[in-house]
Amino acid sequence: MQERVAMGGNLQEVEQKVNRDLLISVTGSVPKRFWVAVALMAFLAAAGFGAAGYVVAQGLGATGLNRPIMWAFFITNFVFWIGISHAGVMLSAILRLAQAEWRRPATRAAEIVTIFSLVNAMLFPIIHTGRPWRTLYWAFPYDFGRGIWPNVRSPLIWDPSAIITYLTSSVLFVYVALIPDIAVARDRTTGIRHQFYSVLALGWRGYPRQWRLQIIAGFLLSALILPIFVSVHSIVSWDFAVNQSVEGWHSTIFAPYFVIGAVHSGVSAVVTVMIILRFLFKWEDYIRPEHMDALGRLLIVVAITWFYFFAMEVTFGLFTLENAELGLRSMQFFETPYSTLFLVFIIAAFFFPVPMWMFKNVRRSFFWMTITTISVNIGMWLERFLIIIPGLARKQPLSFSWSTYAPSVPEILMVVGSFGFVGMSILLFAKVFPLIPIYDVKEGEILRREMKIGKVTIPAVIREE
Amino acid sequence: MASKQVLGIFKTADDAALATDRLKEAGFSAQDYQVLTGAPYPEGAFGEEIPKHRLFAFPFFGAAVGFTVAILVTAGTQISYPLVTGGKPILAIPPMAIITYEGTMLGAIIMTIIGVIFESRLPRPFTGLYDTRITEGYIGVALKCPDDRVQAADLVFRQSGAEDVKHEE
Repeated sequence: MQERVAMGGNLQEVEQKVNRDLLISVTGSVPKRFWVAVALMAFLAAAGFGAAGYVVAQGLGATGLNRPIMWAFFITNFVFWIGISHAGVMLSAILRLAQAEWRRPATRAAEIVTIFSLVNAMLFPIIHTGRPWRTLYWAFPYDFGRGIWPNVRSPLIWDPSAIITYLTSSVLFVYVALIPDIAVARDRTTGIRHQFYSVLALGWRGYPRQWRLQIIAGFLLSALILPIFVSVHSIVSWDFAVNQSVEGWHSTIFAPYFVIGAVHSGVSAVVTVMIILRFLFKWEDYIRPEHMDALGRLLIVVAITWFYFFAMEVTFGLFTLENAELGLRSMQFFETPYSTLFLVFIIAAFFFPVPMWMFKNVRRSFFWMTITTISVNIGMWLERFLIIIPGLARKQPLSFSWSTYAPSVPEILMVVGSFGFVGMSILLFAKVFPLIPIYDVKEGEILRREMKIGKVTIPAVIREE
Repeated sequence: MASKQVLGIFKTADDAALATDRLKEAGFSAQDYQVLTGAPYPEGAFGEEIPKHRLFAFPFFGAAVGFTVAILVTAGTQISYPLVTGGKPILAIPPMAIITYEGTMLGAIIMTIIGVIFESRLPRPFTGLYDTRITEGYIGVALKCPDDRVQAADLVFRQSGAEDVKHEE
């Protein structure tokens, strides 16, 4: 009989434990701290939505936007959340394609971070239009009566096409991977919840054909979604790079620089979310120090790559000796408050976390991984701020007046509220669906064995290919 | 003759594999039974044939549809309201390429999902004879057989070490 070494006991005991632990939020009662976290996030989200409602009612005059700084907190937050969304599916897809064993507890959390970050990101440009209800006219070619269509030459039209593609793909990707786990929930619930899960499980039985298709789908969808992930943040970067009127943004390196920056902030966000979920649901057996260790090593590679692109962007910007580029860098490096923010950004995004991750004890510490990954995202939010605001604050060829920018209270509330919205959405999702893939963890246990080499016994994984 | 389902519940993969061997020896074909598990096992673990599918055709079809729709939308909107900018051609190829790329990928992914569901023989309104222990680590072998062979199938399952055998009412 197959003995399970990782969690102890035989197959049935292990699978029952996995079901019990990972469905605790669905079939069991969640700890009180879960509802405290939901309430806190809901409060922040409500503040953000309230502020958004105020801005829509009052008009954009309620914000700190003024010529020529017409993109500020809204677009900073948009780029930031698009960035967060990117690492989610990227992490999941690359780890699936590479068959990395430690992916198992991380993939779904990564995918869910993607979905809610994307939804959140989309809200900001829509609110930023000032008249959100008119966005449909500007983004979709459906107004046959007027015969006026969206301008496909504008990056502001490329954005919705890319984001809608990415969001649709991510939602479908998550749903397909959820079907076997929904079937587990179906088998452990009664009444209306049983009916709900039965409908979503589509009659899943778990025979070899279905499992084979499920596994192929994981690979195939990963391979299809990766090019989308690259394209979306490239297109977001072109909002800036192809903008004729702001010379400081004319950079050919923006697309890869934005993509790798998105991966840097997104993987960090996934680590933070995993640690929070581990704390809330007591998933110590599933999110373990070795997972943090592996993610920490991945983050070192990503962060150094990101820093390389950042250094190239600055170096070749200065190398041209163009006035616009020199002026922008002068503002970022030497003029307050941007110089102070720049210092915070580069320390928080790189010089603090990366040396820390070099130490194994830090990578395996949930406390330090929380601190360092939050630090990265503070830095990466500031990075987007420092690209957008100083870029616009300089006099450009087409600007006839200019002033400084100070965020208004509603803008600050909306930024804070966006974190609440994403946090609340992830927690509520976790109340309804398992946030660690149950069948993936079970498969890992089925394939897991121990090997004895000399006097040591080490864990091993037996694969069919 | 009417057929009925018989479901054997096994505690180990070895017992389930033994049961499938004995079913074949008893004259049942591989198409008559399905092995039900709560997690993916290595292919061939129960002596089953590697299932054939056409999933790989779906993304190509979806990509072709997405590409066509995106070309029609981007070209159609520019032609129906021609706006000459800087003396350049009405159809701006680079932006069209971007939106067409997204449309192509969207079509490919949507059709892949449809393909996965279709090829997995889903949705299935009735799960048939089933046992919730299957998602607790037990392995089910669901057999469809003529009425007069139900007892023979039951015997095969029990002799192979089934924990429980259920019959369709």
